[in-house]
Amino acid sequence: MISSIVLTTGLLLILIGSWGILTHRNILRIIISFSLMGTGTHIIIVAIGYVKNGTAPIIDRTLDLSEATSRVVDPIPSALVVTAIVIGMAVTAVMLAYTIRLYDSKKTLSIDAFTESKW
Amino acid sequence: MIRRLSIVVAIAAFGLIFASLAISYTEQQSLRPLAESYVRRVPQELGAPNIITGILLTYRAFDTLGEVAVLFMVAASVGLVLGAGHPPRSVSSEDRPDEAWPSSEIVQSGAQILVPLISIFAAYIIMNGHLSAGGGFQGGAVIASCVLLMLLAYPQYQPNLEFLSIAESMAGALFVLAGIAGLIVAGSFLDTRILPLGQFGAFFSAGTIPVLSVLLGVKVGCELSVILDGFRP
Repeated sequence: MISSIVLTTGLLLILIGSWGILTHRNILRIIISFSLMGTGTHIIIVAIGYVKNGTAPIIDRTLDLSEATSRVVDPIPSALVVTAIVIGMAVTAVMLAYTIRLYDSKKTLSIDAFTESKW
Repeated sequence: MIRRLSIVVAIAAFGLIFASLAISYTEQQSLRPLAESYVRRVPQELGAPNIITGILLTYRAFDTLGEVAVLFMVAASVGLVLGAGHPPRSVSSEDRPDEAWPSSEIVQSGAQILVPLISIFAAYIIMNGHLSAGGGFQGGAVIASCVLLMLLAYPQYQPNLEFLSIAESMAGALFVLAGIAGLIVAGSFLDTRILPLGQFGAFFSAGTIPVLSVLLGVKVGCELSVILDGFRP
């Protein structure tokens, strides 16, 4: 149940992000939409790893080693998302750096002004 | 008009696909075989209570190494795009935020109180990566948030870029050396069992996982700080 709600939230975020990319003309808003889409995919990956009634895959006082395999969520999606979040942040940084240079060249952030690579 | 219509059609089509995905999704009732073998083998073979850290720093450590390389590449490309060699960014002097608007008393006092606490928290997160939730990536990001707070409070604050790049290169080189040591002493590249596993759940345990965690934290923290410094006006 809980993972269905989380999965739907992630899918909705991807939809909102793609809508923003397609409709907005300001480069900063397009970058925000990209980040929304990325966050949506992260949420979906985590939701897919959920196992019914599962807990965090950390062995401690409340989770005994012998019953770990029957009570934890899938650790692989979590491990993948940790790396994906950092890479998403790095991609955003590169996009913002290019945005600063684009603003320097045309003094505007509207994507309609950058027609050189359009065909 | 035709463009707006095509956008609506595209979003609606995506929405239909996603709706069918969400409706047909059923929750897993038990672990898949690969995940089950990870959950069984990480505490036994590696001695790490945190299974995710075990996967990240041993079974998929090569993945982690590649990703740190990606971060390094991003830091380099941000420096290339924004750094020296280009004409200075044409912000007129009265628009420059650091000269026109020094940060307020509240932000500066807050930074003075919070920066030491955030640093300790980052060290805690990095050092307990193998025992509880945390690890190198998360702690490195917290270190970078510390640098960001300093840059916001004191716009003239200049992180020592030379030190950052030396620390980052040393951490990267030691990470690869630890991997090669695993190749020689233990079973494979980046095998963490070259140090004794120790007592399960103790602070000094789980082979080289805490060491790799610290190296990763230093490397990620330095790289993110260099990226943040690249965006200074």
